Amino acid sequence: MRVVTLASADDFDGWRDAARALAAASVPPDDVVWQVGEAATDLFGGAPTPVPEAGATAFSVSRLFLDTARNVALHSAPERWALLYTALSRLRTAPRLMEDGADPLVRRLEGLAKAVRRDIHKMRAFVRFRQLVDPDGAERYVAWFEPEHHIVRANATFFVNRFAGMRWSILTPEVTIHWTGERLEEGPGATRAEAPEGDPVEEVWKTYYASIFNPARLKVGAMVKEMPRKYWKNMPETALVPALIAGAQARESGMIEQARTNLGSGIGGNIETAWAALRDEAAGCTRCPLYKDATQTVFGEGPVDARLMFVGEQPGDQEDLAGKPFVGPAGQVFDRALGEAGVDRSTVYVTNAVKHFKFEQRGKRRIHSKPGAGEIEACRWWIEQEQMLIRPKMTVALGATAARALLGRTVTISRERGRAFELPGDGGMGWITVHPSFLLRLPDEAAKREEYARFVEDLRAAAAAMD
Amino acid sequence: MAQLDTREKLAILADAAKYDASCASSGTAKRNSRDGKGIGSTEGMGICHAYAPDGRCISLLKILLTNSCIFDCHYCINRKSSNVRRARFTADEVVRLTLSFYKRNYIEGLFLSSGIIGSSNYTMEQLVEVARSLREDHDFRGYIHLKTIPDADPELVHKAGLYADRVSINVELPTSGGLKRLAPEKSEARIEGAMGDMKSAIVETGDATKRFKSAPRFAPAGQSTQMIVGADAATDGDIVRKASTLYDRFGLRRVYYSAFSPIPDASAVLPLQRPPLMREHRLYQSDWLMRFYDYQPAEVVAAADPATGMLPLDIDPKLAWALRFREHFPVDVNRAPRERLLRVPGLGVKAVDRIVAARRWRRLRLDDVARLTVSIAKVRPFVIAEDWRPVALTDRAELKPLVAPRPKAQQMELFG
Repeated sequence: MRVVTLASADDFDGWRDAARALAAASVPPDDVVWQVGEAATDLFGGAPTPVPEAGATAFSVSRLFLDTARNVALHSAPERWALLYTALSRLRTAPRLMEDGADPLVRRLEGLAKAVRRDIHKMRAFVRFRQLVDPDGAERYVAWFEPEHHIVRANATFFVNRFAGMRWSILTPEVTIHWTGERLEEGPGATRAEAPEGDPVEEVWKTYYASIFNPARLKVGAMVKEMPRKYWKNMPETALVPALIAGAQARESGMIEQARTNLGSGIGGNIETAWAALRDEAAGCTRCPLYKDATQTVFGEGPVDARLMFVGEQPGDQEDLAGKPFVGPAGQVFDRALGEAGVDRSTVYVTNAVKHFKFEQRGKRRIHSKPGAGEIEACRWWIEQEQMLIRPKMTVALGATAARALLGRTVTISRERGRAFELPGDGGMGWITVHPSFLLRLPDEAAKREEYARFVEDLRAAAAAMD
Repeated sequence: MAQLDTREKLAILADAAKYDASCASSGTAKRNSRDGKGIGSTEGMGICHAYAPDGRCISLLKILLTNSCIFDCHYCINRKSSNVRRARFTADEVVRLTLSFYKRNYIEGLFLSSGIIGSSNYTMEQLVEVARSLREDHDFRGYIHLKTIPDADPELVHKAGLYADRVSINVELPTSGGLKRLAPEKSEARIEGAMGDMKSAIVETGDATKRFKSAPRFAPAGQSTQMIVGADAATDGDIVRKASTLYDRFGLRRVYYSAFSPIPDASAVLPLQRPPLMREHRLYQSDWLMRFYDYQPAEVVAAADPATGMLPLDIDPKLAWALRFREHFPVDVNRAPRERLLRVPGLGVKAVDRIVAARRWRRLRLDDVARLTVSIAKVRPFVIAEDWRPVALTDRAELKPLVAPRPKAQQMELFG
């Protein structure tokens, strides 16, 4: 049994010299015990065999291995030295072993190296200096940090490169490093109590941390993944985290509530202007392919303070040409029924679930074609915007397409017709009835009269249900 | 207005700056202050010094010089008609704040933007003065990101590029219709014109630096932009196409996507409901597919629902593409070229490179692939290995439930 004693927990050079000699002498990995400092070795009994002197049979290894090994050497796992030596022994016969990521040993070493690189990176990120002012007025910066691996010496260059003009110290349990402004000095491990207590600028930093946080997009998991809790105790700003999370939802709903109030009172923008801007934007809509064949977007129409909103299916041939909703035959039936129901057409807002005319060309005629679920879905964006601006007390869906646009699901008219219900997402009340074109299509005159009366009654009842 | 102290101003002007998603401090020239003069360094790789509970990285001191603004963009908390409290930093205050944070290792540098006050030129001068003072008076060698003002004098914008690592102008909305509705005083042509000028300046000085070592560096971390998602009618397909055009035309380093989120004292023109944060995430994933996985914009768009133009929220766009174009699978991990391996759901760029390196030394079995990847379960239906062949799995209609992540119900919206 050979015992190699390394000078320190991060003594990569010591490991390399010993490993090179052992490998040159073909000492199998099982015959070597690696230890750091003067740890007890009599566990194995007997006097250790001395490590051979480095011979002339030294061999070279790939850069990839050296880079990986340098990081692995800093890991806190005690078996790292033995794993590295095992890999080195195998490299003699398989010089490109490190390229084979499917090899379990290579995988293991890569995992260790990755953990070390992450710890190095997190130290660069999470060290927090506190400023001290010496009696002579000179500034010093001191940090307390608890790394997971033996990375402090390896990381010193980063801090020197960045803060060469300052005097600073980083205290850790294993070692302390000091930059005098000219050279790096090293001392024994320290305790947290030796680090300074606070720094008035930390309060300013915490103000920044709290203010840059957006409460409307809470993603606690993403935060914890990148800033693991083990680092929190030495970072002043993390003390704010629980309160920020706890208050986030209330702040977000407060903002939405405020926006609603503003809408109602006309603060924060004129609704008329907002509606006109929305209509202008819709004129260029390409959210689904229907815009290609239609003449124009047919947007909703009516006063923006309407309490009653009607949603039809889609513009027909005449609406498409006129650019106005409900001007064709079905629109005329609708107007008449509305009048008979005692509702003043000029006080209601009318719009369609789908804002472009979908048709099939048959000779010279354009035959209405029912919009598909995808087109309804694509166009829902506009209905939602219209509803949000106008905020009607009651929205009446005329037909299955409109009902689908309002509810986001397939609706059977006969089953859900004729009663008021709550629309999802605080959209006020809803009501479902048939589309006036249904009345036009009925062949039987008696049925037509009967259904028309039922339609008028629906409109009347919907208007009455508002109050 | 009562005098505000620096900390009160910071609260207002950081709050006003948080709707800019970018906090990157990467991709610039390497610098250090080892010579004992000045302060600071940059490493190429950025460092996130903290994370806020919104999951966003805090790398830079991201503030506005002032949140007063003569514009009235509806999505913006700082618009003229907003009742938000106003504040203004002096250049010197920003410089001192930056240095005192930097010396304590809180930040990598400064990201400075501003509301428009007086004129575009006046605002730009103020921004440039902060950067000038940091670089020249204090020899600051950390990272500086400056927002540039679209209509500012080219001479000023050029100065900004000499002091800053990165410059940016936000295109704000993915469609010109949206921009017209939500930011009536801004113009797509002017924004894109400014981006074009910036690109020429970056390219020119880049060439000069190649020929003369002493030529001044100009915005070595390039330029970036941001689009707001969910405030206008743009579909995911529209956004992907727009982003790809921007990358091509202006040589952008990054396009940021920011899901519109409710702001205090919102304008009536804005939707009240924010889009799911997952939508923003899916757009970033599709951006990655174009930048690192050799997907053409049209291919990413093909992963979206043809009727609505929207990417699925429940699965990532790469998986969506694979499920739509199953004829491209399975892919043989032992034979397929790199670009075909990059199409396999669950295989990242690193995993693909590891597979390509490892297969020179052995025929890869499924266990080997498992050691080279994060999750073999997602990969398995799409690959052939030495001891593995999916049994017509890619033809099965019910493949999606096998490979899609289980929905997290309520969690998605809050923590997704």
